[in-house]
Amino acid sequence: MKEDMYEILEEPIQVEKIIEKVTRRKAGAITTFLGTVREWTDGRRTIFLEYQAYKTMAVKKLAQIGKEIQERWPDTEVAITHRIGKLTISEIAVVIAVSSPHRKAAYEANEFAIERIKQIVPIWKKEHWDDGETWIGDQLEQNAYPNGEPS
Amino acid sequence: MITVLFFAQLQEAIGKDRLIMEESGITITELKGKLKMEYAIPQLDHVMTAVNEEYALPTDTVSSGDIVAFIPPVSGG
Repeated sequence: MKEDMYEILEEPIQVEKIIEKVTRRKAGAITTFLGTVREWTDGRRTIFLEYQAYKTMAVKKLAQIGKEIQERWPDTEVAITHRIGKLTISEIAVVIAVSSPHRKAAYEANEFAIERIKQIVPIWKKEHWDDGETWIGDQLEQNAYPNGEPS
Repeated sequence: MITVLFFAQLQEAIGKDRLIMEESGITITELKGKLKMEYAIPQLDHVMTAVNEEYALPTDTVSSGDIVAFIPPVSGG
């Protein structure tokens, strides 16, 4: 497992580069997931997002997810890049690329990766709405803490 | 001596991203207790803790040289 398969970047992510990392002759499928900044969430309008990461630990946890995938779906290659800093609407926050000999594993592993990112990778998102700002507290994005604090 | 890192809403509540503390041989629960006495950060009860970049249990002990990070609920992706 190469360390640069998992990155936290402050610049825009070049999707082609992430795909290239998992491209290989054995692969018959490459799935890519792009997480993008959504304008409307439950009737509130987002102006921009601000992502913060505990960078060194986040890279380790991304690598752990890659390892979990390779145990569950043997013969997959995984590359994940998450961007941090200020992102505006439609910009790409995360790219996950998975290659495998057959498509099913690539699809399944890719979905597993985004779910695990939301559970274990120390990255935080601050929503800047047109009427305020809040750190999004819940890892599954079901509850925001109104004052930036859990109750 | 330990280094304590804060992120997201905790960083804003404390007003800095790290503290150096002259502590050793205390549990994470005890460390949280000390921080709560010094700073108004009730959120500390609800955050995970990492020691040297691995998630740790409240009963785990931190030693001199350790880097402790308080991890509010994550929201990447």
